[in-house]
Amino acid sequence: MHANAPAPAEDEIRAIVAPMTSLEGPLLPMLHELQRIYGFVPEAAVPVLADVLNLGRAEVHGVISFYHDFRDHPTGRHVLKICRAEACQSMGANALAESTLKKLGIGWHDTTSNGAVTVEPVYCLGMCACAPAAMIDGRVVGRVDQARMQRLLDEAGA
Amino acid sequence: MKIYVPLDSAAKALGADDVADAIRREAAARGLDVQIVRNGSRGMVWLEPLVEIATPEGRIGYGPVSVEDVPALLDGKMASLGPVDEIPWFARQTRLTFARCGLIDPLDLDEYAAHGGLAGLRRAISMDRAGIVQEVLDSGLRGRGGAGFPTGIKWKTVMDAAAPQKYIVCNADEGDSGTFADRMIIEGDPFTLIEGMTIAGLGVGATRGYVYLRSEYPDAIAILTQAVKIARQRGMLGHDVLGSGQAFDMEVRTGAGAYVCGEETSLLNSLEGKRGTVRAKPPLPALEGFLGRPTIVNNVISLATVPVIFEKGAKHYADFGLGRSRGTVTLQIAGNVKRGGLFETAFGVSLGEVVNDIGGGTATGRPVKAVQVGGPLGAYMPVSRFDAPLGYEEMDQNGGLIGHAGLVVFDDSVDMLQMARFAMEFCAVESCGKCTPCRIGAVRGVETIDRIAEGAPGAIDLLTDLCETMKDGSLCALGGFTPFPVMSAVTHFPDDFATHREAAE
Repeated sequence: MHANAPAPAEDEIRAIVAPMTSLEGPLLPMLHELQRIYGFVPEAAVPVLADVLNLGRAEVHGVISFYHDFRDHPTGRHVLKICRAEACQSMGANALAESTLKKLGIGWHDTTSNGAVTVEPVYCLGMCACAPAAMIDGRVVGRVDQARMQRLLDEAGA
Repeated sequence: MKIYVPLDSAAKALGADDVADAIRREAAARGLDVQIVRNGSRGMVWLEPLVEIATPEGRIGYGPVSVEDVPALLDGKMASLGPVDEIPWFARQTRLTFARCGLIDPLDLDEYAAHGGLAGLRRAISMDRAGIVQEVLDSGLRGRGGAGFPTGIKWKTVMDAAAPQKYIVCNADEGDSGTFADRMIIEGDPFTLIEGMTIAGLGVGATRGYVYLRSEYPDAIAILTQAVKIARQRGMLGHDVLGSGQAFDMEVRTGAGAYVCGEETSLLNSLEGKRGTVRAKPPLPALEGFLGRPTIVNNVISLATVPVIFEKGAKHYADFGLGRSRGTVTLQIAGNVKRGGLFETAFGVSLGEVVNDIGGGTATGRPVKAVQVGGPLGAYMPVSRFDAPLGYEEMDQNGGLIGHAGLVVFDDSVDMLQMARFAMEFCAVESCGKCTPCRIGAVRGVETIDRIAEGAPGAIDLLTDLCETMKDGSLCALGGFTPFPVMSAVTHFPDDFATHREAAE
């Protein structure tokens, strides 16, 4: 969903989460589904979820803001996650991340000016024996060096 | 011709999908009749993508295979590694939990059964609840998530609890750096986890299970979700498990990027749809867990080991190991290491043997400086402690912990002050905020380490004191164990903390 798209309507959100109301502990699955569809959790979802689950709005907001995964704004067309955990650090992840951000001229969580790529940190992709690792739109890449990173950025149009 | 190309995400991260496509393309061009099987990983990540060709002499391995190698591979001109079972790194392991991983198509339930799968569950069905729990007690299995609590005792508590609904919750929130065993078994042999959870359900009288799987593992989520669906269609899950008349079903739930949710009580809160804050114990989750009901919370590897215990018997399993650490440990050799991967072996192997002998030293070829054992909350062990045997108590005596059995190797270019600072920074970012020593202490810890770097006198004493407070005043391992990496760095690598001071003076 693009930044300038209209905010989703209440009944649209309600229809998305309705099939999940019978789950035990439905809030996280609902938030994941909303983020899958919109690319982030729209603010308009807070009162709807509060109503559907009989929670306070503050409680729903508290849950959304607790988890790193849930965003309140759209990302670029691609999301590049660079692992910052110890195993990747032992293979030069810090330098790789630094040079990537510098090349793109952005900081963590920022999106390139052409809207192509958002760069986010991640703590472990389970690629610890083929570090350093990155993930682009859910696809993992191991032993990422400068050249491989450049290919990923090129593919993403950064 | 049958060719195996792993679908494990580490293999994919190194190009396995492209290799599989190239094989398909080249085979078609040559008019070869090739069947490509996407298996799990054998755990030899240093050889991935490890392609295997089935022959009358067994499965012959080639690796690492790149797209450019494929024509030579199909023409029989690529140098082979010989039969995969005989590659020394693989042959010297004791594969119990991972026996099938890498061998079979992970979603082929018939092949699973043909390789010993479901035998454990069938045996459990023939036993009563007390008998099932006793078998786990006798095996000596301890929690593989890190705490090492005897699994059977946890099961017994849940079995003895009376409640209208009980739950089996699998902790697959494998957030520790240097660990990937949970991911590998889920991607490579998901039915073994489903079978283990089902046996747990039958043993304690729980009819519902959840796997809390981290969102950073999309491939594992997809495979396990598919496996659960197949298991349900084939009657392995449902209201009548394998015709036993007993019910068990399960669901896969996705985490949302919070490291602390690997702690069992945070995980339960998260599963309930709340903020993943830690709960005080008691009440134990075994008595008041998910939605306040008696709940088993076990790690993936603990549950995935249950089927082999029932298949081969508790004694067979307990015969492996050292002291009170029975059975096998699924070591994950990672970081700056030449031959990294998953290595399953009996408890008791020494740290040095794992790093130097099995791992082959560093990938960069420089000397090893430190090994972090047990994830971001584990101690940095210096080379002088390489004699330490890997067992729960043994690591404890050496000032560390075995955790989820991940080992991250660092060469001599690492600055241990920076690693200590990272441990505090990580704790500050990931703290759930419940306990003040963790929430605020970790922030102060980062500042204090920065002051040490600037040469401030007395800052090390302050850091030591702060670590004591965090250790004593935090409910869970995040605040309580962050002092492990920090203080082990200070203790074992004093030069990295002193040079800055001297430079300042």
